[in-house]
Amino acid sequence: MPSSPAALRPGPAGLAVLYAGLDMGNLTTKAVILKDEQILSQAMVNSVEDGESRARTALDMALEGTGFGTGDIACIVATGAGRKAISLAQKQRAPSSCLARGISRLLPSVRTLIDVGAETCTVVRVNDRGVADDSIGNERCASGTGVFLETMAKLMQMPLEEMARASMLAEDKAEITNMCAVFAEQEVISHVHRDPPTPKNDIIAGIHASMATQVGGLAKRMGIKTDVALTGGVARNAGFVSALQENLGVVLMVPDRPEFVAALGAACAARDEACRSA
Amino acid sequence: MFVAGIDIGSRGSKAVIMEDSQLVSFSICETGPESTKSAQSTIDQALEGTGLTLEDVEYVVATGYGRILVPFAKANVSEISCHARGAHWYFPSVRTILDMGGQDCKAINCDEKGRVTNFIMNDKCAGGTGRFLEVIADVLQVPLDEIGHLSLQSTQSVAFSTVCAVFAKSEALALARSGVPKSDILAGLHDAIAVRCLNLLRRVVLDKDFTVTGGISKNAGMVDKIRKKVGLEPVLAPDPQIIGALGAALYAQEKAQGQMN
Repeated sequence: MPSSPAALRPGPAGLAVLYAGLDMGNLTTKAVILKDEQILSQAMVNSVEDGESRARTALDMALEGTGFGTGDIACIVATGAGRKAISLAQKQRAPSSCLARGISRLLPSVRTLIDVGAETCTVVRVNDRGVADDSIGNERCASGTGVFLETMAKLMQMPLEEMARASMLAEDKAEITNMCAVFAEQEVISHVHRDPPTPKNDIIAGIHASMATQVGGLAKRMGIKTDVALTGGVARNAGFVSALQENLGVVLMVPDRPEFVAALGAACAARDEACRSA
Repeated sequence: MFVAGIDIGSRGSKAVIMEDSQLVSFSICETGPESTKSAQSTIDQALEGTGLTLEDVEYVVATGYGRILVPFAKANVSEISCHARGAHWYFPSVRTILDMGGQDCKAINCDEKGRVTNFIMNDKCAGGTGRFLEVIADVLQVPLDEIGHLSLQSTQSVAFSTVCAVFAKSEALALARSGVPKSDILAGLHDAIAVRCLNLLRRVVLDKDFTVTGGISKNAGMVDKIRKKVGLEPVLAPDPQIIGALGAALYAQEKAQGQMN
């Protein structure tokens, strides 16, 4: 695996050794750095740069203020849709395996993980050893992904955070039957122009419910085994979390920083890798 | 005896006036927010210059997405039946029809009498519909009626792995920004849609003769890609967008005759 010699070399003898996980998503890149077994720092960059420089920026940001440099990192594992573009990583791992690894470290009781990213939706069956037994995903269609919600937020001229709040205030749910973001857009417009117009909060609750139908459908195909966790950036949206809970009929566990789970799993894998070769 | 067929599609409204199975006139309008008004203005436009008024038309059959909102229609028939019937009127030898509309895409089989024997439809996803092409034309800032021609000028088509309009839109924009010629981007997108159409067609019987109907069949680039993917030369009606309305008019004639007997 091509890599800069600096990234491979451990720090001065006897000093701390770091392990890094990089998750190259479609929209953001996340870095998690482990020092021994503890999370030392994490960083997320949102940029359109090419993969390699995005990865480097994320890593530099995570290292900033820690007193460590890239030379202290013993091993880097990359994951996410853009993982193949990162040559500074020693290994690449599938997102499903990193998600399983990451969640088992944060919430060991989780057996079903639902990850909703910017452009993907993945459901992973996690076993008691933190290994992914099975996974299914949707990468070909925007329905059930963050982009769907973003499209709707743009249409409703509302920041995503406000969408979450608005749907919690809804008294009713507008019916949005189309799964396709493009068709759903027209359905939403027709709600806005109805006489009398459907209340904004109800439309947004309907959008979240429609998205939950799509994501919930994928999860049900895998089969729901408790505990169930929701990860990825969309897990920050309380309106969606509650819609998905309603759809699945289970309580969802959401880790504190839900978008870092795959990067954390990758960092854990980096530690295994370094220990194995040591 | 004059009869009419009116097809209220999601994007376009079409009307056809016929007399004894002969085409008298037709019109194509945009479907406005109020289907009822669109229906009226479309039929008015078709009647214009014929010297006829709506009273002279014995029977009107409505079809398409907005078919129940046509107050002057005496009956309505599904657009699938109408497309088969209309295509059969132009080409009695047609057995397979690909109808590419504004918001859906259908593969239809019909028999020697123009009766539907099988069909499959995609109306769940914008990929393969006119809406997809609108989104792409918009993001690349090329007029919709020019994208097909432009795609034919491509020298190096870009491969697209998705027919999701949302993903394709952001991919196309990123490619255009990085300097990839619009013709190559469009060729790749037309290719991806043609593959999707082929998959739809494979779920019915892909029998000769083959025709493409609906608004997208006016896009020469799209028809070219479909021809290559499907491996059959499509027979194309002079105005493939009116075939649904034409089929509706033929049903109107049948119903009017039934009424008299």
